[in-house]
Amino acid sequence: MTTYATLAQEARAHWAALHERPWIRVGTAICGKAAGAQEVLHALRRAVERRGIPATVTPVGCIGLCFAEPLVDIQKPGRPRIFYQKVTPHLAATLVEDYLLQDNPRPDLALGTLGGRVEGIAPLEEHPAWKPQVRIATRNCGTVEPANLAHYIANGGYQGLAKALTEMKPAQVIEEVTKSGLRGRGGAAFSTGAKWNFLARAPGPVKYILVNCEEGDPGAFNDKGILESDPFTLIEGCTIAGYATGATKGYVFIRHGHEGPITFTRKAIQEAYKAGLLGKNILGSAFSFDMEVALTGESYVSGEETALMEAIEGKRAMPRSRPPFPAQVGLWGKPSNINNVKTLSYVPEVVARGGAWFASIGTEKSKGTAIVCLSGQVARPGWYEVPFGLTLRRVVEDIGGGTGTGRPVKLLQTGGPLGGVLGAERLDIALDFDGMAQAGAIFGSGGIIVADTATCAVDLVRNLVAFCQFESCGKCFPCRLGFTHMLEVLDRIAAGQGRPSDLEAMRTIGQAMSLGSLCGHGQLGFNPVHSALRFCAEDFRIHLEERRCPTGACEPRLSLPKRTRPEPVGGWYARHSYAHH
Amino acid sequence: MSSSDEALRQRIRQAIASQPQPTVTVLSSLLAVQDAVGWLPPEAIEEVARHTGATVNDVWAVASFYTNFRFTPPGIHTIEVCWGPTCHLLGAQAILRAVQEALGLPGEGDTPDKRFSLKLNTCLGACAQAPALLLDHHLYGRVTPEQARRLLQGLNHTAPHQEAP
Ligand code: SF4
Ligand code: FES
Repeated sequence: MTTYATLAQEARAHWAALHERPWIRVGTAICGKAAGAQEVLHALRRAVERRGIPATVTPVGCIGLCFAEPLVDIQKPGRPRIFYQKVTPHLAATLVEDYLLQDNPRPDLALGTLGGRVEGIAPLEEHPAWKPQVRIATRNCGTVEPANLAHYIANGGYQGLAKALTEMKPAQVIEEVTKSGLRGRGGAAFSTGAKWNFLARAPGPVKYILVNCEEGDPGAFNDKGILESDPFTLIEGCTIAGYATGATKGYVFIRHGHEGPITFTRKAIQEAYKAGLLGKNILGSAFSFDMEVALTGESYVSGEETALMEAIEGKRAMPRSRPPFPAQVGLWGKPSNINNVKTLSYVPEVVARGGAWFASIGTEKSKGTAIVCLSGQVARPGWYEVPFGLTLRRVVEDIGGGTGTGRPVKLLQTGGPLGGVLGAERLDIALDFDGMAQAGAIFGSGGIIVADTATCAVDLVRNLVAFCQFESCGKCFPCRLGFTHMLEVLDRIAAGQGRPSDLEAMRTIGQAMSLGSLCGHGQLGFNPVHSALRFCAEDFRIHLEERRCPTGACEPRLSLPKRTRPEPVGGWYARHSYAHH
Repeated sequence: MSSSDEALRQRIRQAIASQPQPTVTVLSSLLAVQDAVGWLPPEAIEEVARHTGATVNDVWAVASFYTNFRFTPPGIHTIEVCWGPTCHLLGAQAILRAVQEALGLPGEGDTPDKRFSLKLNTCLGACAQAPALLLDHHLYGRVTPEQARRLLQGLNHTAPHQEAP
């Protein structure tokens, strides 16, 4: 039988051995790959081999500083990690020559250091994009090899689960999580402890924890980022949730095509089974828990709680009506809890360090940290874990470095396409679930897309509504037809052919959608237009009255795919559109 | 039934049977076939129905719902351009236009010579490197229209694009 103590001892020895020779880490998550990290990784391996240097080269996930990709850090024995930004294959070879062979750390190429000082290089802790961060759920991202159990445990991993299993009753775990004030990070911001309680009270020998990593919202990439960089933190969190609620199995739900998150989560689950951290009698206790990855096809709505269950069951991802609620009748009719990746990724630290510690971070009602994804017209796009309470201005200007275009911020698009937009005049509100809601924005899962004054609100909203149209699951007609109609109206406004009645028409459509739609996709469907009218009415007025686009951003003919999902009448579809292809 | 039909069925059955996760469903099986074969031929619908005990109608219902399934063979190269709001703000339409012009396509679809398939993607997950495009599983960030054009020109048309070694 494996005990936590033996696992920890082995892991620490492994980690220490790693540090006995130079260790080169290369960020090869999705953003790194898009910037060419794979080529840099190969160049480093080749250079090290050619010069016969006994160094370890390891692909790691993303540390969140996507603007600096490809990002490489080199740690010599007993020295701090030195980060180099925008590394090319050529620069990679130079670094091997200069730092590894000549011992010149090339301060001119460095972004910063972590874990100590090096002459001429500013510590990363002082960098404006790093300084405000408090890294809890993302503590290991970019530092450990994803899906490497020894790396995870050597950095304190599985302490939380070991503590829960040996020192705490399930109810105590729920109590601790409740005390921490942790709220769901998927958008609804519901108390995690309360949610777990529903499941714990639900009867039955079979219950499920469903982890939602559909993350189809453009502008959000933090769930995928965690799974691609440190899947064990989610797996440990999910296992603890299973113990606390009496659940028997966890499903991690990921969108097909996101290869990094899928591969690493699968591999980490396998490793956990091998080490006795999943499966029967975990760490020798009476508790057993299984996990697997379930894939969904491309469908944004499959991220909705009940649609997600349909997709795991292998069907069309169409929301179910509620009640019954998932905690009573969920996946395959069994009690189920749906948690977001980020929410569960906090749990190991919450349990290991105590709820009071977590509750001491953040604001009165929004405890802990927010993991924000910055993208768009921003100098330093990336994902950053910051305490709640920071103002949006500090996030955009200090961390993000402003628009980087020389033009001021005009709009923020937050919380996914349905979250709508927020005018620059609201930049001083604090990052907070409730504060942002009061200001007319949605924190959602943390995506913040920055748009500067070259943006036309009509153009941006048209894109958002086109997304919603494309993604409507088609189950209810107010949503299916409402988005299609709203998009038609926006198309003609953008083309300078709007009618005086158009704003009213969109309001009427929006009202019908919010009243007559089954799920949030349709209910919130008017939000993009509504919020844009609130903050940028002038853009609409100029389009309608002067028949021109104020910024020139609107193009009459855009390539935006329109789609209505066909009725599920397979036989007909098969005969008519398929069999004769 | 010709032997190539039988070979295709074999590949499909193999894909359905070798899914790594314990829970096998209509959707998971369709995804497995699409990954292995590149599209869903009618045989895939039949085989998935047989394997899962669902009706052909039910399998069709699922296949027609998710936008990543194809019902005709894809071109040698598949290029996906992101049109999500981040990419949109940073110039996705110009990239799309460049790609469409280079391929002679008015929008999503396949070139008549079956060399290219163009797909629009709602978000490739690389928003921090927007605008982004995916060429045969290789992701490119901060793309310019010029670069997109060059990428397409530099392709060899007999095999999918490979990542650098
Ligand atoms: S509101 Fe829209 S997305 Fe939601 S169930 Fe109805 S049609 Fe589907
Ligand atoms: S919006 Fe284009 S990659 Fe996310």
